[in-house]
Amino acid sequence: MKLTGYRRPDGRVGFRNHVLILPTVSCSYGVTQKISNAVPGTITLPIDSGCGMLAEDIKLFSTTIVNLAGNPNIAATLVVGLGCEALYAEQAAAQIEKFGKPVKYLTIQKSGGTIKTVAQGIKIAQQMVADASTIKREPVSASDILIGLKCGGSDPASGLTANTALGAAVDMLVANGGSAIIGEIVECIGAEKVMVEKAVTKEVANRILTAVKDFEAHVKMYGADLSSGEPNQGNREAGLTTLEEKSLGCIRKIGSRPIVDVVDYAQIPTKKGPMLMDDPSYDAPSITGMVAAGAQMIVFTTGLGTPFGIAAAPVIKVISNTPAYERMMDNTDINAGTILEGKETINQVGERLYQLILEVANGKQTKAEEQGENLCQVWRRTVVL
Amino acid sequence: MDKTASAVVISEQDSVATATRHISAGEKIAVSIGSKAIELSVKDNIKFLHKFALKDIRKGENVLKYGGVIGEATRDISRGEHVHTHNVRSLRA
Repeated sequence: MKLTGYRRPDGRVGFRNHVLILPTVSCSYGVTQKISNAVPGTITLPIDSGCGMLAEDIKLFSTTIVNLAGNPNIAATLVVGLGCEALYAEQAAAQIEKFGKPVKYLTIQKSGGTIKTVAQGIKIAQQMVADASTIKREPVSASDILIGLKCGGSDPASGLTANTALGAAVDMLVANGGSAIIGEIVECIGAEKVMVEKAVTKEVANRILTAVKDFEAHVKMYGADLSSGEPNQGNREAGLTTLEEKSLGCIRKIGSRPIVDVVDYAQIPTKKGPMLMDDPSYDAPSITGMVAAGAQMIVFTTGLGTPFGIAAAPVIKVISNTPAYERMMDNTDINAGTILEGKETINQVGERLYQLILEVANGKQTKAEEQGENLCQVWRRTVVL
Repeated sequence: MDKTASAVVISEQDSVATATRHISAGEKIAVSIGSKAIELSVKDNIKFLHKFALKDIRKGENVLKYGGVIGEATRDISRGEHVHTHNVRSLRA
């Protein structure tokens, strides 16, 4: 399949061409929504923080906000701030400039309130959409693709069907030079040995172990232990025996190729191939980190089904079993349950998924896009002040 | 994969298979492992998505699924037997 995309000034390739109206704090999200609703061709992201944070979280937030605007699916960005938050709109805009794409900013307290800011914002956004509409799709290759991998609402079939078929699709993408990020450090607990064996160098292996240990230590601060009580009673009844089995099923998503790097949350990778991101397993902050890292697409595997979507990147949903597919068809792009029925092999579903990834890159809408689903949450590692 | 698949084996090294339908004790089934197929008699009732042994596993031996260690046998497990929390424990806990 011929692949086309939007080549951005920093060399990365987008498969969508959105103008982003980006709030720098939850307080300005109402204004970005009003601007985005008024201007077709724009999106916004429901940022739910931006203030009341410790230094560690301010740094994480700033990187994430700036890199979300840097995602190659974004053609141009209008940043809207309130005026008293952790990262001012002008500071964010100044950092976003490094990507070489058009960026402007507005500050509600300086513009004189909602109505004036919305009016100015609509004017800027309309011009940005007009300019973005002249950017042409050009031939690109699978090596320009970076997909984020996520599982949620899993069941005991997830590891066997959806995750393993996704792993097969990732192997095909990687064989063609492409890249994938797996996150969810929590899900590596119990599967560290396999992850370490997959690491391309000793240094990468050590960073995988450190990421897992740090996550466990952080949780222990609150008196909790991630390895006890897992798998839970429901998991056990359904056939999962040990934590290792659950985790091994989860990491099937990354496929069989060596892991080339460990990337910090929301950081843009410098390598190509399969990678691990230090991120949480909760859907919205995990996927937000991957989209900030530059993933143009997310593949989300599930046993139960979910509406999840984020406006900045198409989300492909793969479900693990046919009864759930039939119930959740509205929200699901691919049924991997055919593997359980003996109708398709793992590789056949993997091939079908890989082809869908290429089609979605070329513009095919996912179920989450059709439904306008839009969740986004920047990870907070510490406390809300 | 044949149309009557009763169980899935992910890796050729695996010592367990996962049932893709309810299998009754005493049933003789075919299981594909990589490119080859084996036949075995299942000794217990195996619920959908539960596991059974593909070979004899000795007490203390690692149990393999997805080509990785999912735990160790807490007693001898014979080929065709149900493999779950009653005869496997986590090495992590």
